[in-house]
Amino acid sequence: MALPVLTRGPVGSTSLAAPSGHALLPLPLACVACGNSVGAAPQAICPNCLGPLEPVYDANRRLPSRDEIAIRPRSLWRYREWLPFAGAPVHAIDVGWTPLLESPPLAARLGVARLWLKLDAHSFPSLSFKDRVVATAINAAEAFGLDVIGCASTGNLANAVAAAAARAGKPAWIFVPYDLELGKLVATTVFSPRLVRVKGNYDDVNRLCAQVADRFGWGIVNVNLRAYYGEGSKTMAFEIVEQLGWRLPTAIVTPMAGGSLVTKLRKGFTEARAAGLVEGALPRQYGAQANGCAPIVRLAARGDDVLVPEVPHTIARSLAIGNPADGLFASRILRASGGAGQGVSDAELVAAIRLLAESTGVFAETAGGVTLAATIKLAEAGQLRPDDELVICITGNGLKSVEAVASTVLDAPLINPRITEVVALVASTTA
Amino acid sequence: MSVTFHLPSVLAAHVGDTRTIKADGATVGVAIDHLVSRFPQLAPRLRDAHGAPYPFVTFYLNDEDVRLVGGFDAMVSDGDEVTIVPAVAGG
Repeated sequence: MALPVLTRGPVGSTSLAAPSGHALLPLPLACVACGNSVGAAPQAICPNCLGPLEPVYDANRRLPSRDEIAIRPRSLWRYREWLPFAGAPVHAIDVGWTPLLESPPLAARLGVARLWLKLDAHSFPSLSFKDRVVATAINAAEAFGLDVIGCASTGNLANAVAAAAARAGKPAWIFVPYDLELGKLVATTVFSPRLVRVKGNYDDVNRLCAQVADRFGWGIVNVNLRAYYGEGSKTMAFEIVEQLGWRLPTAIVTPMAGGSLVTKLRKGFTEARAAGLVEGALPRQYGAQANGCAPIVRLAARGDDVLVPEVPHTIARSLAIGNPADGLFASRILRASGGAGQGVSDAELVAAIRLLAESTGVFAETAGGVTLAATIKLAEAGQLRPDDELVICITGNGLKSVEAVASTVLDAPLINPRITEVVALVASTTA
Repeated sequence: MSVTFHLPSVLAAHVGDTRTIKADGATVGVAIDHLVSRFPQLAPRLRDAHGAPYPFVTFYLNDEDVRLVGGFDAMVSDGDEVTIVPAVAGG
């Protein structure tokens, strides 16, 4: 029986529509490192050299025009020709199309012509950009007949997998470091997956999940489904250029954990330009990390090709990956694009969370604080230009990491329910 | 020193679907030398042309990334375990 398909209308409403196209077929894969061809498979590793696999697209496939894209439902699937499937998705069909918010105050503060925030912090359903990658991964799992999905996560991916699994009616096994922020734990457990807290950091969890995927044959989205998972990130690039009126920004700043977002944004911008959707120079790309875990920033600064892993020590838990899988590729892109990496202290990221909230009304998680703090430092270092049209990617919601700014509650006075006390407060505030 | 290597399935396929193999050596690198002398088909899959590990393959000595404890020169003890893990995306 065909399943009903949820679509979003032009103003973001949700409606039922008949399914279109054929059953979902994942594209075949090939090794980025050695070029070895592999068929479509829940496998992310080249059997020849252990390099990462990526989907192979038909270079002769028909691509849509701007006008054709414009009338499609507002989800990441409006760019489906650049996603690693043939046929129609069956899960997560209403994910994507997050706001692009312009901020003149921040533009003035940073000395650039215009500045926008790409707000995946407002992504449906789990308030981070990980909804994008899970949207493609869970459809790959479905196509491969993998009933159980899972992930290794620093928090946001756990939320996204748990929510997507709940919606799809699939069991999920989710592995996280034991000491994640409470918000990220609860925003996972509320969906009733099997959440496993591991005594170790994310890199320990990662190693364990690589073995779990091998042992149980589950669809671990960022392990054996990684080739399909990663492509979901490209849709952020497509959304940005479309929301800018089919223009490329001149510069973009992203947080970096595993480094994949940097590489996939580049791929998305490149594909959009190759398809004739936009023209002009690709943006300079800047990557942000907390100083307490900045292996990609330090690699880009050195300019060599040897990533030195680190043991994370930062409150930016969602970026605390000491051995980033795409670190080398991200570093190369930062440098080749004319951009750079930038590290920030934990104090700077907290200040930036507050600045973002007070100047734009956006509450970002610690990764957002890292990204804005890094942008400020890049501006101070002269990396940004007066004519820049800059996009800052805010990839996760502040409600997930309230601990970082919990002390702001202390600013709130506690009073008795008497008007005289309010009068006194107002008087003392305006004095 | 005798150490136990734990292989991912893509490597196990090259050694008769065995995921656990013992090898001898005083360091991780020497133990790998011993391993590939027995299974030459593993050699280009564990190290690049210069004998260095690939950037997308991580070797763990017990629970430690070998890059944090001396790389392939890390000393090993009897009963140590070396786990080979291909890179995993962020989360």
